[in-house]
Amino acid sequence: MGELIAEPWPWYVAGPLIGLIVPLLLWAGGEFGVSENLRHICAAALPTQIDFFRYDWKSKGLWNLTFALGIVLGAAAASILLPPPDAVIAISDATAADLKIIGVETFEGLAPAQVFSWKGLVTLPGFVMIVVGGFFVGFGARYAGGCTSGHAISGLANLQLPSLLAVVGFFAGGLLVTWFILPLLL
Amino acid sequence: MTRTETTGRSASPARPRALTGAGLGVYLAIGMYFGIVATKAEMVSWFRIQEMFRFQAFHMYGIIASAVAVAMISVALIKMRQVRTVRGDIIVVPPKELGRRGYRYWIGGTLFGLGWALTGACPGPIFALIGNGETVYGVVLLSALLGTYVYGVLRPQLPH
Repeated sequence: MGELIAEPWPWYVAGPLIGLIVPLLLWAGGEFGVSENLRHICAAALPTQIDFFRYDWKSKGLWNLTFALGIVLGAAAASILLPPPDAVIAISDATAADLKIIGVETFEGLAPAQVFSWKGLVTLPGFVMIVVGGFFVGFGARYAGGCTSGHAISGLANLQLPSLLAVVGFFAGGLLVTWFILPLLL
Repeated sequence: MTRTETTGRSASPARPRALTGAGLGVYLAIGMYFGIVATKAEMVSWFRIQEMFRFQAFHMYGIIASAVAVAMISVALIKMRQVRTVRGDIIVVPPKELGRRGYRYWIGGTLFGLGWALTGACPGPIFALIGNGETVYGVVLLSALLGTYVYGVLRPQLPH
């Protein structure tokens, strides 16, 4: 049993478990949408005159920030107590071959260490993928009014047309980077 | 006695969620549950996101599709049965406003997608990656905070 749990979980186990977060958070009095926390952190940490950050972050967002802290702790528990048996994630052969062609050299861990490491950060690909990429995640999520959890899961589950538009955008941007920018960058 | 006085708990005016909802320990537990599932399903991996954007495996699509299906059925049941929160308020799922031609959704969504593919992570997984000891994702988080702040500054000028 322990070994089975340590193996990577298949989509048909993980997907329904993720979907249950939506009713769980609604029952608790919140709503599934992780990127709201970025706004709450700005509102809490920066004394500002900007309207967008002038609200009572504690009453509006403390529950969600606690949820985000839980994500960090749960991930840490999983990586320590249930470490995966293989150092390399079993992506498809086709993906591995394509990534080698565009310049990915290492396949250990959760992300290629040549980019996603403190050494990688000071290279051009590392700077673009970490710093510029992170900026777009924050800017885009707030502009779109939600991220993958808020639109692709919560929003689609509530049959929201705006969320469908946002998800089409998520994929348009992702495909653009995957097919045109990463080959030039790596 | 008038009927309006009998409407009871559901008529309570909208209060901030934190005051009407569960204790913080409940949110911490649900967050931990998410962090464990996201880690064990490898949703937090840049490699898995690449596999998805290259349409070379069903894994991520299966996760998203089955998560949406379970969430959709849950939300439908919650609305139909008028389920209440832990504190007794009827659950209301607020609709999202389309605004002018949905500009904010497709422009903001596309910008978010650029960041999603570059970093290999959306906000939930960013927190999970930090928990996994991928410390450089702390920089991704700081940049995302900067992006959020710049959005807040530019917001009045942007089409929504």
